[in-house]
Amino acid sequence: MENLNSYLIVSALLFAIGTIGVLTRKNVIVMFMCIELMLNAVNLTFVAFSRHLGNLDGQVFVFFIMTVAAAEAAVGLALIIAFFNNKESIDVDDVNLMKW
Amino acid sequence: METLFFLIVSFVAIVSAILVITCKNPINSALSLIMTFFCLATYYVMLDAPFVAAVQVMVYAGAIMVLMVFTIMLLNIRVDATKKHSHKLILGSIIGFFTLINLVVMLVKSRAALPTGPYSGEMIRKIGHTELVGREIFINFLLPFEVTSILLLVAIIGAVILAKKKI
Repeated sequence: MENLNSYLIVSALLFAIGTIGVLTRKNVIVMFMCIELMLNAVNLTFVAFSRHLGNLDGQVFVFFIMTVAAAEAAVGLALIIAFFNNKESIDVDDVNLMKW
Repeated sequence: METLFFLIVSFVAIVSAILVITCKNPINSALSLIMTFFCLATYYVMLDAPFVAAVQVMVYAGAIMVLMVFTIMLLNIRVDATKKHSHKLILGSIIGFFTLINLVVMLVKSRAALPTGPYSGEMIRKIGHTELVGREIFINFLLPFEVTSILLLVAIIGAVILAKKKI
């Protein structure tokens, strides 16, 4: 097993890449994938700390995060399909129906 | 040897994560994301958590990404080369960079008092990771586990209602 810090640095890098993706991309589906990437970075932190501390609570939290990610994927993709049926586009700039 | 392996896996994970946010075609992004998920599963195996690795491959790389690729192909989006693909690139990169600095400092330098447990690597290998996690979920985390089923029910109903054209 490597030391804890290398895993934490990889996880921080993945989270930062996900943040940049959410902030810079326009495609809704790619933003969605970046959110999944951020969730996975958090999962890696949980498992690394869990292994380091000898406590399995972190790995149980990983399962709950995966459940939330699955629910989010189902609802989010349904929203994207509904949006595409309305506007024929998946660009976030076109989501302006409620803009004042 | 293990350090070398760790470095290779880290390199692949970071490069494919960068490809996720730089590819023009969403299908390529999705495939790169699957690669990142497999690298994360490798990390979980290296961290003595084989059950989490199996669930990662099945749920993330299997179910969620298939759903996502299916949606991309269903919508059949034309990759429009003339349109700008990103906005606020510099601002987003600066914010991401500060997030990275913040996370590295917070995670590496933090001295939080975290609860330690009895599970060592030898114990996990002897009893079995699946059994230990199962005990943990069904004894200490039984109520959150049951609440999760309500979350999934809400997600199913919500997805069906949102995707339907007429209710």
